Amino acid sequence: MSPVSFLILLPFLGALAILLTPAKHSFAWRGTALLFSGLAALTGLSIFFDFVPGSAGFQMVGRVDWNSAIGLTYHVGVDGLNVGLLLVTGLVGFAAVGVSSEIEKQPKMFYVLLLLIIGGALGSFASLDLFFLYFFNEIALVPTFLMIGIWGRGEQKNYAAFQITLYLSLGALVALAGLICLYAMSGANTLDVVVLSAWLKEHPLPAASQTLIFGLLLFGFGTMVGLFPFHSWAPLGYGVAPTATAMLHAGILKKVGLYALLRAAYPLLPVGVAQWTGVLAVLCLGNLLYCGWVAMRQKDLNLLFGNSSLAHMGFVFLGLASVSVIGITGAVVIMVAHALLAALEFALSGYLYRQAGTLELSKLGGAMRQLPFVGAALVAALLAGCGVPGFANFAGEVTVLFGAWKALPWHVVAAAWGGLIIGGVYMLRAIRQVAHGEVSPVLAQSTDAGGVNRAPYLVLLVPLIYFGVAPTGLVDRIKPSAERIVARATSGLPATPAPTAAEPAVATASAH
Amino acid sequence: MNSSLLVIEFLVALLGLGVLLADLWIAPSARRTLAYVATTGLLLVFTIHAGALAPADGTAFGGMFLVDGLANFFKSIFLVAAMVVLMVSTRFADRLNGYGEFVALILFATVGMLLTASANDFILMFVSLELITVTFYILVSFQRNRLSSVEAGVKYLIFGALAAAFMVFGITLIFGSANSTNFFEIAAKQGELAKSPVFLIGLLLTFVGLGFKISAFPFQMWTPDVYQGAPAPVTAFLATGSKAAGFVLILRLAYGVVPELSAKWSHLLLGFAVITALYGSFCGLAQRSVKRLMGYSSISNAGFLLLGIAAANDTGSSAVAFFLAAYVFTTLLVFAGVTVVTADGETDDFSAFGGLGQRSPFLAAGLTIGLVSLAGVPPLAGFFAKFWLFKAAALRVADDRWFLVAILAACVAVVISFYYYFGIIRAMYWPRHTAESTPVEPSIPVRLAMVTCIAAVILMGVFPGGLVSVARQAVAGLGPATAPAAHAAPPVAAH
Repeated sequence: MSPVSFLILLPFLGALAILLTPAKHSFAWRGTALLFSGLAALTGLSIFFDFVPGSAGFQMVGRVDWNSAIGLTYHVGVDGLNVGLLLVTGLVGFAAVGVSSEIEKQPKMFYVLLLLIIGGALGSFASLDLFFLYFFNEIALVPTFLMIGIWGRGEQKNYAAFQITLYLSLGALVALAGLICLYAMSGANTLDVVVLSAWLKEHPLPAASQTLIFGLLLFGFGTMVGLFPFHSWAPLGYGVAPTATAMLHAGILKKVGLYALLRAAYPLLPVGVAQWTGVLAVLCLGNLLYCGWVAMRQKDLNLLFGNSSLAHMGFVFLGLASVSVIGITGAVVIMVAHALLAALEFALSGYLYRQAGTLELSKLGGAMRQLPFVGAALVAALLAGCGVPGFANFAGEVTVLFGAWKALPWHVVAAAWGGLIIGGVYMLRAIRQVAHGEVSPVLAQSTDAGGVNRAPYLVLLVPLIYFGVAPTGLVDRIKPSAERIVARATSGLPATPAPTAAEPAVATASAH
Repeated sequence: MNSSLLVIEFLVALLGLGVLLADLWIAPSARRTLAYVATTGLLLVFTIHAGALAPADGTAFGGMFLVDGLANFFKSIFLVAAMVVLMVSTRFADRLNGYGEFVALILFATVGMLLTASANDFILMFVSLELITVTFYILVSFQRNRLSSVEAGVKYLIFGALAAAFMVFGITLIFGSANSTNFFEIAAKQGELAKSPVFLIGLLLTFVGLGFKISAFPFQMWTPDVYQGAPAPVTAFLATGSKAAGFVLILRLAYGVVPELSAKWSHLLLGFAVITALYGSFCGLAQRSVKRLMGYSSISNAGFLLLGIAAANDTGSSAVAFFLAAYVFTTLLVFAGVTVVTADGETDDFSAFGGLGQRSPFLAAGLTIGLVSLAGVPPLAGFFAKFWLFKAAALRVADDRWFLVAILAACVAVVISFYYYFGIIRAMYWPRHTAESTPVEPSIPVRLAMVTCIAAVILMGVFPGGLVSVARQAVAGLGPATAPAAHAAPPVAAH
């Protein structure tokens, strides 16, 4: 069995094991969840380090003819695009189980649902067949709904649970319509990206079909990521979700949509790329500027994190819109970095909420004095969020800006740069309000995380810094795949006089 | 005459008569045994049907009765549905006055369904449909002491009689213009008949009658009332068996008898499909009664199924067959849960399901799986059913952009339906203020039925390939669809 299949299997096995453990052994539920998510994190690490950088092909491939009659195969493997994402999914999954010791109500169901989400996320990142990518991603839908409903907090959880479910399923269904059109129109009778990409090279789809399918995929998957103007589900959903769900959703599941765009839409539909990147370049500014602006006005730490995570998605979209090797490499770096960052942010805010009973910025203060470890981790996370060098986010954001500079009109890049400044404003303000100053009354009785309880936060913080200091480990793995994607994505533009077909072609497309 | 082809139907009818007779001698307290006997009998019939003793393909009664892949596929569905309904109805036995008759009537309705699957003549089609409908008039109003049940029965009677009148009028027009009522003979001269307005009107009126059966817009009015008023096991049979009986006829007519016409009417069908799906979804939003909600869900699903008919290609017909198989198991699962929950209380309001997650984790999990499958979420049967159906429609998008509009509208209908399916899930799991804390324990037969359905729903969702192949073989006998755009994907050897 390919290590990737093993990795996907682990959380599902864990869920099954917990399901079969009777109530009299209830202490074993959390232990089992920790064991299996820990194993998944270790497997993710070993896959990441076993991966041979510098090649664009798929490694550690596992393939089962799931059903040849309908042309759908179980096909998993890693390349530069998903190797980092699988790593952070394992880490975030482990951290999410780690911070869930607070769950007292129905812990069995909680851990089963949590492991299902982790397994679904791992499966969708590893799948090279788009049917399975979608299939695994949707497995997380019902657990999310139930987790917000049963363990969520606040008055608005009912509304938020339905909003997030309906938004995500609408996005998913539009994307599904796109995938089915691709499946039906290509004539290849498969959704396996490897086979499909070879087939479409020989038999490209008509331009109109490509434009149509790309549009469906862009808005469908875009909604799942929170692309402006289909983003409003995210901050509230994260605000009321239990800590572990928010970590997995903001950190991991949100990246599935981006990953699917890079995996499916970009290499398979070059004409669609040319047609739509101009729109994408404008919409990503909505994320960067509008969501950043909204984040500035938030009075609740979780809502601030929710909106800022949307703003960060704007950078990824900017990288996608640039259709350049540098831009897309940077986008993937941000996806990896932001997975760690968002999970860390929500893990810390969950800790604060448990200690203080509120996340209102005006009521918090002095976290550094009272909770040295959590406060320091929070400051680190907030600094990473405003793109300070030394964290992986900086590496990604600066790379994206370099890529965008060459490919996109200067005012788009200037606006994106403005987004960075907005990010600085609200993140630094949050540091001042939460971490510094006198210890606020709500935090006066709080205790810092100590001993093993620090592990979940360190699991996220250490790689964030490691990839910030030494991003080459990541970039070397991503770049060959980004080159392959860009080569395919720009191959559908025959009528460009420019000698280097890649960037200038898109620049003209987006200038319309 | 080749009456041995009817062995399945004969056996089920005999079983029904046997139950009716046995009911005279059996003590009222032991009537539940009748359901177990009937289920076992159906299981035996099913093994004959599925095994080597099954009648070979062929026709009987002067070409009126046909055994082919499609008929056999649907007969399996009907037999399974009848078995599950009988097992679930045991939970209701105390509330049904004359439970022995109830069991017999379910069996007679099953005979009617088995005959519709094999109908190859407009006359047999009408007779078998009436056998189903008349039985259901009694079944729907079986709880004679409950006003809503009687009211539902009257409504069903009036609408059913109207539909039958439309259909029989349509059949006379068809007979008048075609000089035959045999499906094969009409299929042979469909090109010429398509020019006859009388024939077209007759066909449309027949579709009106079938539209009532499957509760397609604008013939859906009876559905919510009847679903709500009828006893829960009857509603389950109405939603599965009766609907599938309508669809097997629509499949046979649209793909086998007049494929050229149905391809020409593709936009008409598409329009009704979309309106039906959206109507069911939108009206379901405000419902608080779960059975009524399932009525609207049933309307919505009829819309999705019509999408597969409108697609008029090979994938479309196999998708309809697959969807129905998935839908039958899913719906039976939901109704099994609803039956247990409503068996003791008077209401089927959302509040009756409150806290079910703690009162009976098994029932709640079963209901959740059923509802999530109806919503169409992987890894359950309902997801792949919609996937395959949408693929059938997507094959037409390249030459007809209305199909894209229809797919997107269907997506909207699906998202809306999420709201109400998940509303029931919320009622079951979320912490509540008013605590209904009596534990509910499903009996062993109900448990067995639910486990069967859960297994089927998961297996069909995770390994749909087997059923797709079966569905493809089942519809292969209908002849290739002759729609100009019905090109299937060129086969590609798996690399």
